Amino acid sequence: MTQLVIIGCYLGLLLLLGVFSSRLFRGTSKDYMLASHSIGPFLLLMSIFGTTMTAFALVGSTGEAFKEGVGVYGLLASSSGIVHSLCFFLLGIKLWTLGHKYGYTTQIQFFRDRLQSDKIGVLLFPILVGLVIPYLLIGVMSSGSVISSMTAGKPTPAGIVDGAFERGTFPDFLELGKNSEGELTFAAGSAGGFPKHLASLIVCGVVLVYVFFGGMRGTAWANAFQTIVFMILGCVTFYVIAMKLGQQSTLLESMRAATARLPKEKLIRGMVGSHEGMSKVKFFTYMLVPLSVGMFPHLFQHWLTAKNANSFKLPVIAHPIFIMIVWVPCVMVGAWASSDLFFGTLPLPLQAKLAGNANIVLPVLVKTLAGPVLGGFLTAGILAAIMSSLDSQFLCIGTMFTEDIVKHYSAKDSISDRKSIFIARWFIILIVLITYALSLLEPKSVFTLGVWCFSGFSSLFPLVFAALYWKRLTKAGGYACVIAAFGSWLYLFRDSGFAKNTDYALYIPGTEYEILPVAAMVLCSTLSMIVASLVTKPPEEEHLKRFFA
Amino acid sequence: MNKVVWGLVVLLIILHQDNWLWDNDTLVGGFMPVTVLWHVGISLGAAFTWFLATKFAWPVPPENVPAEEGAKS
Repeated sequence: MTQLVIIGCYLGLLLLLGVFSSRLFRGTSKDYMLASHSIGPFLLLMSIFGTTMTAFALVGSTGEAFKEGVGVYGLLASSSGIVHSLCFFLLGIKLWTLGHKYGYTTQIQFFRDRLQSDKIGVLLFPILVGLVIPYLLIGVMSSGSVISSMTAGKPTPAGIVDGAFERGTFPDFLELGKNSEGELTFAAGSAGGFPKHLASLIVCGVVLVYVFFGGMRGTAWANAFQTIVFMILGCVTFYVIAMKLGQQSTLLESMRAATARLPKEKLIRGMVGSHEGMSKVKFFTYMLVPLSVGMFPHLFQHWLTAKNANSFKLPVIAHPIFIMIVWVPCVMVGAWASSDLFFGTLPLPLQAKLAGNANIVLPVLVKTLAGPVLGGFLTAGILAAIMSSLDSQFLCIGTMFTEDIVKHYSAKDSISDRKSIFIARWFIILIVLITYALSLLEPKSVFTLGVWCFSGFSSLFPLVFAALYWKRLTKAGGYACVIAAFGSWLYLFRDSGFAKNTDYALYIPGTEYEILPVAAMVLCSTLSMIVASLVTKPPEEEHLKRFFA
Repeated sequence: MNKVVWGLVVLLIILHQDNWLWDNDTLVGGFMPVTVLWHVGISLGAAFTWFLATKFAWPVPPENVPAEEGAKS
């Protein structure tokens, strides 16, 4: 129950922050969607970092390291440090400059203008929204699971003990879950914890309140606050878990003791990816996955909030270090959790649960090794990472619907500024409700689905890059890029059994070189864009001057 | 200097592909797997490279960009 009180206080604090930031709201749509271009370097760093670090950064990285070992850091984190900042530097600053000059609020406005095509928005809107939704689902589902598992009791032969709630506190549909035999039981459901669907609903409600009232300013402040929370608490978690696992007098000695118990396959990079290990070519193609940040619509919106171009300097420099601060402790802790120091000491039912769902490793570690007070704070830290992405994504979809659909297809000046805010707010509510409803269906392979979404955004990266750096890009080239990206994504997604095959990979024709599907998608969209652009008439020089001055 | 910065970015991408440490399970200082330490170095190297980029390859003048008349927002 202590954890639940701390989590409740944390969520209450966020609500207060939302109310506070709404007092700073200037009442215009520009302020609601872009914080009136007023965000300075520190707030920009924290909000961009908080937005790009999803549930995957804490919960997923620990789970992956538990399964695959410490090589996960090189696979996903250090490459992001290079590529994310590259995107901020090459794309963010230019898009901010153009956005500020021509008054864009969304990506689609930029592409419509650059490609001189109205219909490109009709093509891009459902694709961008469709790729963001699974990303949102990861956050909504993870938040409920984290709160529920942190407040759940321990399974014993006599039943569940030490849970926050007795059986019967909530209705059966919230408390019961299917066990491996398909029977509905309390142990397989909430197990005395706060029911996950109810927890997800509350988290959605809190995020909705501060996004609804505070808009982008509220989101930026909440992101900054939450980023500080999850970074500090992440370090505290690392310290506590290392000391408890290593059982030595100093941190260094405890880390030595914990790492010494890891088998070789958890200490090398070569075994990451599957039981046989990953090919070097496939490892290289992982570098393409972080390119997705270049096409995230919510990140585009955050870039436009910057006060000036110099505000980008701090995020560009500090982003790789921040990734390191969050990922290294998570990866080490996840690997340690697989050793006999922790996994071997767990009761068999819990071992089976962890083996089936590695994403619960971090909550289980914290719950087992930290006291209830620290456990509560650490849960707040995990929730902070999750919510700092959810808020931007909700706001972004509301903004896109208002700007790219409603305002774009309404008669000029028929939508007042006040009405724009009204529409954005109500569309945000609708998106929250849809996402929450989808989360109730509990799609099992949601994390794998997340990787597919990143790949989809990466395959659109050539479009934004060419739009900014290649004068010869034409309208036809833009369409060809989007259609090829989405077509190849859909084909490969279907071929992977709709993400059911988690080890799905392709081979370079005529060779045994394994690559990620994203490599084929990026190649396909890039080639289509180049060929279609070169065979069609180039844009007018006068038009290009607006973008390549 | 601009070319040096972009050269460093390419170097980081090459160094990231650390085939030479593929099966190396050495523990540095008795607690840090060498593959993690290498990639921590890549992260720090990336931060340093981007620091140089902001000093020597910054793409726009530091002053504010004026909004054009008739801009959408």
